Amino acid sequence: MKIHEYQAKEILRKYNVPVPEGKVAFTVDEAVEAAKEIGGNIWVVKAQIHAGGRGKGGGVKIAKSLDEVKQLASEILGMQLVTHQTGPEGKKVQRLLIEQGINIEHELYLGITLDRASSKNVIMVSTEGGMEIEKVAEETPEKIIKEPVDPSVGLQAYQARKLAFGLGLEGTQFKNAVKFLLTLYRAYDATDSSLAEINPLVVTKEGDVMALDAKINFDDNALYRHKDIVEYRDLDEEEPLEIEASKFNLNYIKLDGNVGCMVNGAGLAMATMDIIKLAGGEPANFLDVGGGANKETVANGFKIILSDPNVKAILINIFGGIVRCDRVAQGVIDAVKEIDVTVPIVVRLEGTNAEEAGVLLNESGLNFEVANSLKEAAEKVTSVLK
Amino acid sequence: MSILLDENTKVCVQGITGSEGSFHTRQMIEYGTNVVAGVTPGKGGTEFDGVPIYNTVADAVNEKGVEASAIFVPPPFAADAILEAANAGVKLVICITEGIPAADMVKVYNSIKNMDVRLVGPNCPGVISPGKAKIGIMPGFIHKQGHVGVVSRSGTLTYEAVKQLSDLNIGQSTCVGIGGDPVIGSQFIDVIKTFNDDPDTHGIVMIGEIGGSAEEEAANYIKENVKKPVVGFIAGRTAPPGRRMGHAGAIISGGKGTADEKMKVMREAGIHVVESPAEIGVTMEKALA
Repeated sequence: MKIHEYQAKEILRKYNVPVPEGKVAFTVDEAVEAAKEIGGNIWVVKAQIHAGGRGKGGGVKIAKSLDEVKQLASEILGMQLVTHQTGPEGKKVQRLLIEQGINIEHELYLGITLDRASSKNVIMVSTEGGMEIEKVAEETPEKIIKEPVDPSVGLQAYQARKLAFGLGLEGTQFKNAVKFLLTLYRAYDATDSSLAEINPLVVTKEGDVMALDAKINFDDNALYRHKDIVEYRDLDEEEPLEIEASKFNLNYIKLDGNVGCMVNGAGLAMATMDIIKLAGGEPANFLDVGGGANKETVANGFKIILSDPNVKAILINIFGGIVRCDRVAQGVIDAVKEIDVTVPIVVRLEGTNAEEAGVLLNESGLNFEVANSLKEAAEKVTSVLK
Repeated sequence: MSILLDENTKVCVQGITGSEGSFHTRQMIEYGTNVVAGVTPGKGGTEFDGVPIYNTVADAVNEKGVEASAIFVPPPFAADAILEAANAGVKLVICITEGIPAADMVKVYNSIKNMDVRLVGPNCPGVISPGKAKIGIMPGFIHKQGHVGVVSRSGTLTYEAVKQLSDLNIGQSTCVGIGGDPVIGSQFIDVIKTFNDDPDTHGIVMIGEIGGSAEEEAANYIKENVKKPVVGFIAGRTAPPGRRMGHAGAIISGGKGTADEKMKVMREAGIHVVESPAEIGVTMEKALA
């Protein structure tokens, strides 16, 4: 799960990780009010969307007066912010973070994530703050210092010191950086985060070390034990069809193609998308109906897929293990009778009771393209697209 | 021969009285699995379909000589169940449960990695040695006893590959679902090493997906060590970056873990990489000829 920067900073504050003073604003008036409360004479107006690259896209601006705060807030609120992560259509800005201006001496990078190869969390720091870490890893990998964390004892002070020394820090800055690292790891660990990225981590002229930006992602599997984090979910940042699908316990991801698909199992669903592409189409979605495919899940799946106007054909690919194919076939037939499906449907049911399923589909009087293998399914998709 | 599991392996089921556990215990017994015990804390001394239930895995090991455990307990309790089995001396632990928090698995993995236990999963269909025994949720009837080893991160996609093999009369020695989570007990490389050492396994099918670098690591091992033909497929060439595709571990992050990158490394290792998942069976047939 993803959250906004201002929400991530709220969490950091809770764990005593230093962040600039700031407030969220949903309107221009709230933005000005926030700037007044924060005080000082320089503020940063930051667009809050679930995507990186906001600065380059024009979503982060500096204001030197309350009038400028007002003007910038009215410009940024409601704009379609386009970044390299939003796609060309961009994302509408509906929330702002108003923050105090910081006297930056230099910018660093700090990230914590799970290293799958070692099955341990790893802390990464770099002097190349503000740059994308992937780019640094590619061009100057020697500038990234990594420290794995032993899960039985957590991040140790000597490791934090090693990282802070590695960043070339001294004196107060060094002490504050060590503290920052230890508290950030505690926040990461306690909230079941899958990523905590502070980029840039800034060192001020006064010797403070603080999170100028903050990105935190959470492990979806652990959300059941973090009700407070679930509250941070912002439905405006999600695809409406995906929200709808999640209500039916369907795992749906909208894509840009023309062939919808309905599959049981994530691996087979990805493989089915790949097959659609090889057959000359483009997948319109990922949809895993899970282990218990029945009449309701199939009907709901159809509704979701058909809400996407780009869909020109549908491929249903179910491998029945525990699931009986004849029941799925009946579900498909009932759903098609109930909903007005006008695009061609290729159905491939394999596994338990597959033969009975084929008979049901063929005798239904409905216009299905029944395929007996994955290869045939691909060929039928190609032919219906012509 | 087969790896990991055969008809003599003494198996216990943790969570035997739950809805998933009870259903699949019956299926496993029907297939021929030697289920000697069940474990449900508080229900020790009772029976399930004639299988004695114990309060702890340690009791089941002492009383019945359990060698392998199947875990069907819900996600919040699954990490504990794995640790209980490993510390009771069970040599093979297969965790089917989907949805275990990654932080729990990080602790489990690092706690048991130096112990004499092999963990398969979590979030996997399990292990089957066709014609002998199965621990897991895969449909037994699509399998056929034979000489090809199958290892995969997926469930139904593995069934698809197995069906293609069986339809071509190519049987399987053992099929291992290693699971779709970011932290799993056995990686491709662990299973492939075992297949490589098994004289009765003549070829290997590996089915990977986007995310992580386990396929690349396995490919490097195969390049140096494996003479048997290997057929490979990677699901998710059309998956968008940054999105979790159903499996917690199936995500392209920071441009890493793409299908194209994995396929390239696998090809360079001499693996017969198929573009289409419909061609896994026929490609193995050619490779074995």
